[in-house]
Amino acid sequence: MAIDAATVRKVAHLARIKTPEDRLEPLAQELNGIMQWIEQLNEVDVDGVEPMTSNVAQPLRLRDDVVTDGGKIADVLSNAPKSADGFFVVPKVVE
Amino acid sequence: MSDLTKLTLKGAVDGLKAKAFTSAEITQAFLTNIAASNPTLNAYVEVTADKALEMAKASDARLAAGQGGALEGAPLGIKDLFCTDGVQTTAGSNMLRGFVPPYESTVTANLWRDGAVMLGKLNMDEFAMGSSNETSAFGPVKNPWKSKASNAELTPGGSSGGSASAVAADLCLAATASDTGGSIRQPAAFTGTVGIKPTYGRASRFGMVAFASSLDQAGPITKTVEDAALLLKSMCSFDPKDSTSLDVETPDWTASVGQSVKGLRIGVPREYVVDGMPAEIQALWDQGVEWLKAAGCEIVDISLPHTKYALPTYYIVAPAEASSNLARYDGMRFGHRAAEAKSLTDLYETSRAEGFGKEVQRRLTIGAYVLSSAGFYDAYYVRALKVRRRIAEDFDKVWGQVDAILTPSTPSAAFALGDKQIDPVTMYLNDVFTVTANLAGLPGLSVPAGVDSGGLPLGLQVIGKALDEATVFRVGKALEDAAGFAAKPETWW
Repeated sequence: MAIDAATVRKVAHLARIKTPEDRLEPLAQELNGIMQWIEQLNEVDVDGVEPMTSNVAQPLRLRDDVVTDGGKIADVLSNAPKSADGFFVVPKVVE
Repeated sequence: MSDLTKLTLKGAVDGLKAKAFTSAEITQAFLTNIAASNPTLNAYVEVTADKALEMAKASDARLAAGQGGALEGAPLGIKDLFCTDGVQTTAGSNMLRGFVPPYESTVTANLWRDGAVMLGKLNMDEFAMGSSNETSAFGPVKNPWKSKASNAELTPGGSSGGSASAVAADLCLAATASDTGGSIRQPAAFTGTVGIKPTYGRASRFGMVAFASSLDQAGPITKTVEDAALLLKSMCSFDPKDSTSLDVETPDWTASVGQSVKGLRIGVPREYVVDGMPAEIQALWDQGVEWLKAAGCEIVDISLPHTKYALPTYYIVAPAEASSNLARYDGMRFGHRAAEAKSLTDLYETSRAEGFGKEVQRRLTIGAYVLSSAGFYDAYYVRALKVRRRIAEDFDKVWGQVDAILTPSTPSAAFALGDKQIDPVTMYLNDVFTVTANLAGLPGLSVPAGVDSGGLPLGLQVIGKALDEATVFRVGKALEDAAGFAAKPETWW
């Protein structure tokens, strides 16, 4: 399952990372190297094994659905690239 | 007063309580050291001198009144992964350059509750993705250690390279760090310092910039095992703001440090002998076994058969989680936004291409790839999660026979900056001994135990059962005592 430049272009787009054309081939080679090394996982017998999604032996906690914090518009906007009148400002998009 | 910076955390806390010196004095001593050393070592990305002196003054007032917490007046360095209210937090990335959190991480809030003083924010690999600190947008940290055989500048390891370098060079009493695949223990081993990653869920992840959430865990880098026990206790707490925080008591681990290890059963896993491992690493490991035997431990040969699959498993699980976690950096609400773009998609893609460095982009691409279709999701991601369970089960099976496990911390001593940048897989192999504890959620401690032929520090790792840091600290202290590691780097910076 070799990764080619077209696959890298597709995956880079999925990851929303702009990748110049001349980087696609070198990246494909790097990813192939990494994925080939990872292929050894196919040797492991995983029949009937439950996927391990968490290290935590306790069930996720439930809490009351109540407001515990908020009203911090200035804090929320304090790191916005651009904001005005209590709103995030984003570039005009017409598509 | 310059010798105040050579104190251990415990020694400093005791000295402050006894009024042998003030927090303002020791804080100023560290600030003086940092001003002289940081231009070369690059351990701090930001020094918060005014804030430090202000906090020290407040601590001195509490100490004078006979009050104060467990860390009252002790100057610490904070890895730049922990959000600090009103102080820039970057995770070593251009994506977050200029990001000033309006809130405090739970781990650092616990430290300030206990009276600690913040000296500044410590350099790290970008988003904690790296083993040499070379992926930082602020440039690599330098290891204060140099080999007798060469004048080359060495890596302090990563991702917590700033934390390790700062502790080794006496630029703070101790530091916070974080560990996703070995990012506390590998830098500790490379710098002759002590580092522990506690059981997953002991320390809150709230306000800690996320990399791979099922693996990320905070812990300290310190000068001694006792200091690690002291600082870890402050850092850990049950936190309702972290859904995976464990609702358990945080024990006083300092009480375990120094307790006899007589009768403890120590596992030595045969699969941790890896191809190409230097003879010095094997010799150190053998020496560790002898030390523990002499201290009354019973040594048990054990097998952890899925060990060799741990790193490839990690390089599916961690990038997959990272690709999800780092999706938040879209240039809209915070973080870097590209100046110009042709469309919304172009704006996302350009902002992320400009904000993320090469290694982060590489891992996000791997993550997107292994999750990119239903077929890949099953073939890579779900398979990796199943192998992860096999790795965790390996440990479960041996806990009946042993109380703790002894391994080397790293497969080599610190290497030269620039040495391993060509091939990503070669760099990833640094974490071969540490990553299993992350996948299984177990506590792992690295203790400096010897030096190689070039005089560079080497570490031994103790892995314990979930929530049994107490035994890990006991064994760690026994190794520390037996090794009597007292070497310090010669000042060249």
